[in-house]
Amino acid sequence: MEIQEKEQPIDNAAYLNMDLLRFTTAGSVDDGKSTLIGRLLYDTKSIFEDQMEAIEEASTKKGKGYVDLSLLTDGLRAEREQGITIDVAYRYFATPKRKFIIADTPGHIQYTRNMVTGASTANLAIILVDARHGVIEQTCRHSFIASLLQIKHLVVCVNKMDLVSFSEEVFQKIKTDFENFSATLNIPDIQYIPISALLGDNVVEHSANTPWYKGASLLYTLENVHIANDRNHEDARFPVQYVIRPQTEDFHDYRGYAGTVESGIFKPGDDIVALPSGFKSKIKTIDFNGKHLDIVHPPKSVTFTIEDNIDISRGDMIVKENNQPQVSQDVELMVCWLSDKKLTLNGKYAIKHTTREARCVIKEIKYKVNINTLEEIKDNFEIGLNDIARIVIRTTTPLFFDSYSKNRATGSLIIVDEGTNVTVGAGMII
Amino acid sequence: MVSESKHNLTHLDQLESEAIFIMREVAAQFEKPVLLFSGGKDSICLVKLAQKAFWPAKIPFPLMHIDTGHNFPEAIEYRDWLVKEVGANLIVRYVQDSIDKGTATEEKGPNPSRNTLQTVTLLESIEEFKFDACFGGARRDEEKARAKERFFSHRDEFGQWDPKNQRPELWNLFNGKKQKGENFRVFPISNWTEMDVWQYIYKENIPLPTIYFTHRRDVVFRDNMWLANSPHITLMKGEEIQNKIVRFRTVGDMTCTGAVESTASTLEDIIQEVASARVTERGSRADDRRSEAAMEDRKKQGYF
Ligand SMILES: Nc1nc2c(ncn2[C@@H]2O[C@H](COP(=O)(O)OP(=O)(O)O)[C@@H](O)[C@H]2O)c(=O)[nH]1
Repeated sequence: MEIQEKEQPIDNAAYLNMDLLRFTTAGSVDDGKSTLIGRLLYDTKSIFEDQMEAIEEASTKKGKGYVDLSLLTDGLRAEREQGITIDVAYRYFATPKRKFIIADTPGHIQYTRNMVTGASTANLAIILVDARHGVIEQTCRHSFIASLLQIKHLVVCVNKMDLVSFSEEVFQKIKTDFENFSATLNIPDIQYIPISALLGDNVVEHSANTPWYKGASLLYTLENVHIANDRNHEDARFPVQYVIRPQTEDFHDYRGYAGTVESGIFKPGDDIVALPSGFKSKIKTIDFNGKHLDIVHPPKSVTFTIEDNIDISRGDMIVKENNQPQVSQDVELMVCWLSDKKLTLNGKYAIKHTTREARCVIKEIKYKVNINTLEEIKDNFEIGLNDIARIVIRTTTPLFFDSYSKNRATGSLIIVDEGTNVTVGAGMII
Repeated sequence: MVSESKHNLTHLDQLESEAIFIMREVAAQFEKPVLLFSGGKDSICLVKLAQKAFWPAKIPFPLMHIDTGHNFPEAIEYRDWLVKEVGANLIVRYVQDSIDKGTATEEKGPNPSRNTLQTVTLLESIEEFKFDACFGGARRDEEKARAKERFFSHRDEFGQWDPKNQRPELWNLFNGKKQKGENFRVFPISNWTEMDVWQYIYKENIPLPTIYFTHRRDVVFRDNMWLANSPHITLMKGEEIQNKIVRFRTVGDMTCTGAVESTASTLEDIIQEVASARVTERGSRADDRRSEAAMEDRKKQGYF
């Protein structure tokens, strides 16, 4: 493989105008995930000469007759030695249209945990299917996790098409099988692409080997999928992160509420309510770096000042008077368990929800999900690593939340073990 | 008023907001944060982001520089200017002091690197000031071992990083809970690439140390790169000092940061050069080239 020279000088104006797509990749071991990511990085010229030399050397050492692109994404030394990957790794590449962040979640025992982590920030998920094996249990599992995490766009890549002679029948059968089973999942946009990650067919360019395929290449799909409307622009939510009080001469009485607009839109003059106090006021200014903004969209980090001198602190939430979240201490959620230490019914945990911290007790386990069949298991309430369950918690202070399906930011929380401080659960509020 | 009415933030705006979010989260969750300032472009970006995060207040934590004694004088000059400019508190701790105390031992050889010794001084300083969160400018695109690094990277009471024992990070919920004596390294620009950093510097018009731009300098060719001539390196047999037109892609120890031959005199020039670069910026650091897993080893010991 030749080292590619990047000849195109970069266009700064265009670069500063690019938008961002975060995606995750899922597939079982050997479906070709590493090869596909390596291929995307290679074909978008995101690989440097020294990295290329390192993998050429490593390929030779392993006795491979070709440069193994999958080695590019291979991680920590312990894993290299054991030949496994155990965690989420992040990769980056850009085309003139978009910048991409890949949450690379290699398949293994801890797979559910890893995929949930990677999917939590993703706009899109690529599901890899080996053309020779078709839709298997893992495919269903990965798609279920993607839908659970409310990923709006799924791209099913039927890989290793070169090993099935680029057969249209094989592709169509897999597509139909997937359509049948995914009808029960709540994923609005699913696309299917026949590819060969190893040889590059339909990855960047439409391949001559699949004249029957009329759709776009994978990269084109990634560059053009419409994500602007995936964000919640309706429900204005501003969790207060930090109170800014300069107490300097110039800003003697300045009191600013710093945070990120998680959803909805805010403008100066908006009628707002601060939760939990319920005090009403108006937004006076929206400050950012010495400027006053006239409107702010998610996910921008800004600072609000408000008209009245009311008491607001970290963990409070500023919302609009005419559109308020639910407020409750009893919360029902789907939880993915991330720890070897099992969830204990009636156990007490710490939680983090938006910028708010609280403690909670696990009141009830409603059911556990068989993530391969999506059946509800009601006779075994043991929730361990990688299990997904529906539970009810009661919190020490009220949370201000929306359902996860309406609002990722105000519908998600993490559960923390109070003894070890480790994050043990990921919750999605129903 | 400034119109921000574009529906979708650009990728750089999103990365900026993410970094600001992380910085505010640390200011809120920790008692004694510190920003580790190396003088390089990444930590310069961090300072800019911290200014924005807390405006109109001053940056609510100090900057700390671990001075190897092998710094480029231009970098020190820049550091002192920047600190005045933004009104930040600066703490400097010296590797030489650790060597004098006997807690660190100087490497032998023709260009002894003090990068590994920096770890010792850093850990001693964290202990001295009881810092519980240290901001670093590391990015995940820099090196393989960093691709799995968290925004909030947990360190045990010995400052060590255990790749198997890192907390999963979901959504934007960052868990900074810790036991006494433990601390976190926090990397607000984890998701930025080298190009993002350069474009941000360009967009924000951030001043940089002069060594990033083209200049004439006495250099010596060693380990396949141009090293700056300085009192800290000893010429070996067959080596000769040459005067070249160069610039540096990273700011590190003079003894191990390689210069590239370049005439790039503006940020635009540098961006074009970075866009056509064929070697990672770490490729120009001698200490990373010593072994493929060099970085990982240093991380485990507590280096960034
Ligand atoms: N023939 C063929 N082999 C492939 C293709 N994609 C991946 N492979 C091979 O399948 C094996 C597993 O691929 P890898 O990327 O490591 O899979 P992962 O476990 O999903 O990351 C390797 O030997 C690859 O070379 C493909 O499109 N065609």
